[in-house]
Amino acid sequence: MSHVHVTTTINGDPTEFLCEADETLLDALRDRLNLTGTKEGCGSGDCGACSVTIDGRLVCSCLTLAAEAQGRSIGTIEGMAKGDKLHPLQQKFLDHAALQCGVCTPGFLVAADALLKHNPDPTETEIRYWLAGNLCRCTGYDKIVKAVTEAAADLRRA
Amino acid sequence: MAHDGKPVAAGRKFDSVGTRPLRPDGIDKVTGRARYGADMNMPGQLIGKVLRSPHAHALIKSIDTSAAEKLPGVRAVITARDLPDLTGGDQGQMDTLVNTMARERTLYDGHAVAAVAASSASIAQAALKLIEVVYEVLPHVTDVDEAMKPDAPLVNGGVITNGVTPKPTKKSNVLIRHEFGHGNIAKGFADADIVVERSFKTEATHQGYIEPHACVANLGADGTGDMWVCTQGHYNVRAVCAAMLGLEQSKLRITASEIGGGFGGKTMLFIEPLAFALSRKANRPVKMVMSREEVFRATGPTASSSMWMKVGAKKDGRVTAAHAVIKFQGGPFGGSLVDMGAMACFACYDLPNVKTEGYDVFCNRPRAAAYRAPSAPIVTFATESVMQEIADKLGLDPVDMRLKNAAKEGTKSSYGPTYGPIGLKATLEAVKETPHWKTPVAPGKHRGRGVACGFWFNFGGNTSVSMAINADGTVALAYGNPDIGGSRASMSLMAAEELGIPYEKVRCIVADTASLGYNDTTDGSRVTFAAGLSTINAARNAIKVMCARAAKTWGISEDAVTWEKGHAKPAGANAGKFEPLSMAQIAATAQNTGGPIAGHFETFADSAGVSFGTHIADVEVDEETGKVTVLRYTVLQDAGKAIHPSYVEGQYQGGAAQGIGWALNEEYIYGKDGRLQNAGFLDYRIPVASDLPMIETVILEIPNPGHPYGVRGVGETPIVPPLGAIANAIAAATGVRMGDIPMSPPKLLKALEGRAR
Repeated sequence: MSHVHVTTTINGDPTEFLCEADETLLDALRDRLNLTGTKEGCGSGDCGACSVTIDGRLVCSCLTLAAEAQGRSIGTIEGMAKGDKLHPLQQKFLDHAALQCGVCTPGFLVAADALLKHNPDPTETEIRYWLAGNLCRCTGYDKIVKAVTEAAADLRRA
Repeated sequence: MAHDGKPVAAGRKFDSVGTRPLRPDGIDKVTGRARYGADMNMPGQLIGKVLRSPHAHALIKSIDTSAAEKLPGVRAVITARDLPDLTGGDQGQMDTLVNTMARERTLYDGHAVAAVAASSASIAQAALKLIEVVYEVLPHVTDVDEAMKPDAPLVNGGVITNGVTPKPTKKSNVLIRHEFGHGNIAKGFADADIVVERSFKTEATHQGYIEPHACVANLGADGTGDMWVCTQGHYNVRAVCAAMLGLEQSKLRITASEIGGGFGGKTMLFIEPLAFALSRKANRPVKMVMSREEVFRATGPTASSSMWMKVGAKKDGRVTAAHAVIKFQGGPFGGSLVDMGAMACFACYDLPNVKTEGYDVFCNRPRAAAYRAPSAPIVTFATESVMQEIADKLGLDPVDMRLKNAAKEGTKSSYGPTYGPIGLKATLEAVKETPHWKTPVAPGKHRGRGVACGFWFNFGGNTSVSMAINADGTVALAYGNPDIGGSRASMSLMAAEELGIPYEKVRCIVADTASLGYNDTTDGSRVTFAAGLSTINAARNAIKVMCARAAKTWGISEDAVTWEKGHAKPAGANAGKFEPLSMAQIAATAQNTGGPIAGHFETFADSAGVSFGTHIADVEVDEETGKVTVLRYTVLQDAGKAIHPSYVEGQYQGGAAQGIGWALNEEYIYGKDGRLQNAGFLDYRIPVASDLPMIETVILEIPNPGHPYGVRGVGETPIVPPLGAIANAIAAATGVRMGDIPMSPPKLLKALEGRAR
């Protein structure tokens, strides 16, 4: 079983790892790099709990091969806060009680961040459709949509 | 006992309770630091995986594991032979043992047959393919009505039905018949001006928690073990694993991870005993994580049902009699929770004559688990559909018709007990005051509004809480229920309230099984009620100690000290003689006044308050496709007392969303081969953000006299009314009354086409 050597950047840190040829980026992040903030809910690209960015593009890390990280820049939930300063999305999720169990939260935050970079002033409908790839079973999405709306307003003012 | 007997202070002003502080575990959960089931690793761990039956019903003729055992990297292979029968004839334990690992026969598609532990996931997966199982396929049945036919294949060997006279002589798939009610329904129907009778069918749904089951087990040669596991009840994990493995409970220490949703589905065990058994055999830690497909095929979905209901009423809408016959299949062992369905069925109404009959039926499907107010959404769909049909036929306002029949304090419930103070009428009256009700359905084609009520029993149960006063006057609170949706915040609020200190001074932990007395599983909406009640009483016990220490410091008698806003104060004749002592001051000198300060409390909380809610739904039906869009939705529910209103709203919204999914889309689909055809989130479609509107909430507070602050559990009732509310809205929009759940586009389209003809 020969491994693939991957040189990549994760949350700005130069990173190297070995992985199996058919290993997912999700498994490499979680099991080889101990970045367990990215979650596996389905393994089939249906729940969005494993959302990360590759060169700024939102992807399901369970549908991405770890070897594809070669030479790319990966963004995960662990890179979202700057030191002890939470990203406005993280803060608004807390303020609005937009999480209950919290297991889908990292995926929602990464996906919502990608939305706001793409569209700084989304309507409620645009938020709901952008986040339709992220499943939350606890909240009914109401407080998540409110948190994203307010974070967007904060970021526009910033 | 319930609590210390002090009644809820009417009009009590709270300082902390009812505010909305940030949850204590929030930062970890928005930064990815919180550790869930699959986020833990133990040194030297192996990866465990399970081989599952592809057949709905089959005899296991042989299992050959020799090739798998020889694969390099494989450290243990287990089958039922490694889990000997230690049940001593206990049927419940036997059912759990058989469900954990098939013995002589497999009982459903996905039933565990063998398990391996290997040095990597890929080796474990390869080893599964080397295990040779010879099956003799047996006839199977997956539909409840089919399973009750006289010539149905007998599931799990069949059973002699209990609760039927005369006792049957022949085995069938019916485990037991339940009956509840009072009065004389024949007389009640004779008195009725109108009688509505209907049949219903509902498919099984899954809790659909986003985090699959996961654990890491370590069981050494000396029989001492540890486990990290995502579960709703780590004490239950300890009890079941210890019994199955033949160990004393003290040998196992179970730590609950953060839990990524449960909704009842993580009250049962599946992989946990296998992980311990593999660890014992391999003498290494073993980590097991279920795939989503395994979660759907092999954990506990709900029952599926077939129901018949008949309700009679006078012209003014007053119900004279109600009768329901409810048949649930809940897998191959019974335990479908049909008894709870039969009890909850008419619990919203004050009925002179009522009878419910429930049949618990075997099928070749996975063993049902609880799902949020288990059984109540199913039966309430039928009840609220029939109630609305009567209101429609009599031309009555749906809220007034329900108010006329609503249960109130003093009502003898359809399942036996007489209600204390309850909030159903309050929620119905509040409906009329909502912006939603006051505004007509937004104009558009095929739109309609529906209303439905819902009930849940709520539970209390065994609870232990321990509170330590730290040397700096801060508080460490240990409770024993996984925090499934903000309970650290509510415990901290109640502790802060009772002690009279800021919320931030309290740190809550979810203790492991070796660190705190026994706690029942996180279920029955029990935690804010029972662990909260225990937290308040633990604080009261700590306050008693702190008052005594102040008395000692001042040299006055203990009963001359009172507690106010986090301080001991001299009272009575000594009032004003000494400066009040803060918790920090009392704690700082504790070693001179008797040692460390703590309060603890243990109880069987039996004073949970029943819960009621009413929902309003506006829908639009696309008559060309059968797709239903929810336009507007409001939840009204009695919380008793909302400790952290944001998380109470969250329960209302989340329960409503799950109920909407159940009403419109979610279902287990079995093929003729008895195999589950939609074991994934693509084909088992739970609501996504674009499927739902904002969900408006109204919290009512009718205090539960059995809790010091009046708390009722709030978590389960919100999933009960949506099925009926949506069905009633669809009927209002289209004139079609749906008898089958889910009301998915193909089914609704068929019904609409039937109407056209």
